[in-house]
Amino acid sequence: MSDEHDIDPHGEVSVDRIRLADEYAGESARHGAVASTDVAEYAMRLGDDALVLAQHLGDWISRAPELEEDVALGNIALDLIGHARSLLHYAGTDTGRSEDDLAYFRDEPDFRNAWLFEQPNGDFAHTIARGLVASVYLVELYAALTESTDLTLAAIAAKSAKEVDYHRDHAIQWTVRLAGGTEESRRRMIVGIGDTWPYVEELFRDDELVERLAAQGVAVLPSSLRAGFDAMIADVFAEAKLELPTGRHAYIAAGGGRQGKHTEHLGPLLAEMQVLARAHPGASW
Amino acid sequence: MMSTPGETGTEAWPLWEVFVRANRGLSHVHVGSLHAPDADMAVRNARDLYTRRNEGVSIWVVPADAITTSDPDAKGAFFESPAGKNYRHAVYYTKSEGVKHL
Repeated sequence: MSDEHDIDPHGEVSVDRIRLADEYAGESARHGAVASTDVAEYAMRLGDDALVLAQHLGDWISRAPELEEDVALGNIALDLIGHARSLLHYAGTDTGRSEDDLAYFRDEPDFRNAWLFEQPNGDFAHTIARGLVASVYLVELYAALTESTDLTLAAIAAKSAKEVDYHRDHAIQWTVRLAGGTEESRRRMIVGIGDTWPYVEELFRDDELVERLAAQGVAVLPSSLRAGFDAMIADVFAEAKLELPTGRHAYIAAGGGRQGKHTEHLGPLLAEMQVLARAHPGASW
Repeated sequence: MMSTPGETGTEAWPLWEVFVRANRGLSHVHVGSLHAPDADMAVRNARDLYTRRNEGVSIWVVPADAITTSDPDAKGAFFESPAGKNYRHAVYYTKSEGVKHL
């Protein structure tokens, strides 16, 4: 980012001054850092989480309850696209693939996002419930990843941390308002939370890859983020007078996104996201 | 009779007027309006709509119906009074001889 003197006071930016590579967070774009196979796999997990959620949120544009909410959800989606670009760019350095190669030319079993992120938008309350879980998790994750011994991941995390903090605020504000609004909005919020909760557990599951990387100080052990997540959710639920789901909503989904196993929702999302790039490979506009 | 914005049946959320301060030392300037269900959400929506390109360091939101305006039809009587009152401008006055730095 340029220093303050370069910013026009009216926020006007001429397009010829924009370099897309400037939008990558982290050192890899500027100094050619190359990810190891393990690090690339890890970056792909985080990048796919962001990319898939962003693609879902884009669906809300023109469909949100108000124009202002279109913009809010669109902003969040664009922030997530930014995270995905940095992470997938870095992931691609291992195999010489670009961010676009990874986003548009991988098939469903090659995507590494957790199931939460591919769950459908549902109604507005479902989107808020999914956004709440995602953002509370991501705030914990990026705060911890800022300390990574991998400088590229640490830099991406530092940039992303401020943005997911706002996403979390957005989700919390709406959770509290829907839960405390009308009888109908409260009912929908409770259903949204219930339908989302089975996908929480997978986010905090360790496996051999993250254990290897965490031992080197590169990755954050997902299980280490659970306490912070639970504490924040408890605060929000207390304010919103919500309770953790019980009964049939208390089950834990199998998960397996990190190994490329996905629910039926990812395929259609990828089809829509990838069709244009696949029909016109290498096209630019 | 004009209806108060945000209070008609077709608008779900009330209207808010947004003021943004671009820098320390400057005043908040009116930048536009938006809809939001309450004041907290109005500040957040204002952040999304009006400070996307580093335009501001501070935001005020005010319910649109809390603003009392001058009557546009009475513009003449209301604003023409300064005409012919040149003594309200500093240049009307000549500098006294002994004053060096004014």
